[in-house]
Amino acid sequence: MRRERLSVVANEQVGPYTLLRVARGAVDPGVPGQFFMLEAPGRLLPRPMSLCLAPSGELAFLIDPIGPGTVALCELAQGENINVFGPLGNGFVLDLDRPLLVGGGIGIAPLPFLSESLGRPPAVLGFRSDRHAEAAGLVPNAQCCVEPTFVTELIPEGMDVLACGPEPMLHAVRALAPTAQLAWEAPMACGYGACYGCAVEIDGELKRLCVEGPVLRAA
Amino acid sequence: MLLNASGCLDGLTAPDVARSLDAFVTKTVTPLPRDGNAPVRIAETDVGMLNSIGLANPGIDRFLTRNLPQLAELGVPIWVSVGGFETDDYADICSRLDDHAEVSAIELNVSCPNVETPADSAAEIVSASRLATRKPLWAKLSPAVPGIAEVARAAQASGADGLSLVNTIRGLKLDERTLRPVLGPGQGGLSGPALKPIALAAVATCYRATQMPIVGMGGVQTGLDALELIAVGARHVALGTVLFADPDAPARVRAELHAAAATRGWNAYEDGYAVAHEETLSAGATLDERSSV
Repeated sequence: MRRERLSVVANEQVGPYTLLRVARGAVDPGVPGQFFMLEAPGRLLPRPMSLCLAPSGELAFLIDPIGPGTVALCELAQGENINVFGPLGNGFVLDLDRPLLVGGGIGIAPLPFLSESLGRPPAVLGFRSDRHAEAAGLVPNAQCCVEPTFVTELIPEGMDVLACGPEPMLHAVRALAPTAQLAWEAPMACGYGACYGCAVEIDGELKRLCVEGPVLRAA
Repeated sequence: MLLNASGCLDGLTAPDVARSLDAFVTKTVTPLPRDGNAPVRIAETDVGMLNSIGLANPGIDRFLTRNLPQLAELGVPIWVSVGGFETDDYADICSRLDDHAEVSAIELNVSCPNVETPADSAAEIVSASRLATRKPLWAKLSPAVPGIAEVARAAQASGADGLSLVNTIRGLKLDERTLRPVLGPGQGGLSGPALKPIALAAVATCYRATQMPIVGMGGVQTGLDALELIAVGARHVALGTVLFADPDAPARVRAELHAAAATRGWNAYEDGYAVAHEETLSAGATLDERSSV
């Protein structure tokens, strides 16, 4: 991992989300499911974002503008620079027989890079509206549903599930697929084990998601 | 000397960052293991951040057997932050650390803002710890007391070798939508740039009151911030919240500190020690704590 000042290549609208593309510099894209801390202009703390795509010479992050930090990231213009630190945490294990990607909302963020790494396996994605579902175009071979249909209704049996989405979705996926790999989310100040802010309960113990996760085995 | 503020760096997960400091300060160790508080534990505010981690730590037994041997391999002096709920807790941990040569100093986290007589409480904890160890003892104080000079003098009279100033100050953030606290436990400790003027005032006051060595901390983002703490009486400076956003901060702040000293024609930043207390340019200005009342 390294921290480098990278230049914004483009900020593209994808439904209500923004795909922030930065020049890669000497930063390693890492493994799908790993994340980066992105400097949010004008804010004290960086924001954790999993890598969405790793096109040649670039890193791309899918961002939902829900607070001052993510809004600032979505407003970055081409040529502006931000500090990028990563890759951080543990990504998905990719040695699988029958991979199925499961994503919900902005939780689809790591799936495009994951899909490319796994040779474009099938994916099922759930969104809260048709507008949000425009982001499904980023994931190859994806079947898509919109509320009130939930993505868990689209999961066939016997698949090696790799999932990322809101907490209730991950709990529902875990119930259906006990061996699933789940990418979790928590507020994070540092991303490298310093702040203890991202603690979640794992096997009855509070552990730092940035160190132990963000991808964890369901069982 | 440049250190980290306790609880703002894990030397085991980020050894390179710890090595870039002149000494590494551990997260506070308590007698028993503590999981810490339920999430949400951190929240950004307009000019700082709140945390309510809840002293998560492995407890002194596991700290001594598992953490300390690994921390010793970092090759930088190790300061252990010690916390407790009763005076005996501090003394017990200090006596157990006393035989460990790899511990360079002990920082006593005597910052609890909920005690009614902070000076008496600090005196009690420092006195008991002084009897339990020969290690240098630094008393870390809260700025959220009516008279921090009195607490500092009490720590000095009880045998502290230095002061660490300041700990976080209590704050609250509400979710704009629900108007409920963002943090799981409700309130948390405020750190970051919002804390800097509070830290400067506390260091200035305690320097005047005791002339003790002080580790200044609170809102340091740049070398100039560090130099300001030195100017009001800090011998050393610790980095806290800035480490979260910038793991390279120690090298950057050090370089900026040297540059800030050089532009003033000083050989070293130490030349700026306590200069703010010298007869000032503006007549009548004083750093005395009473000047504002």
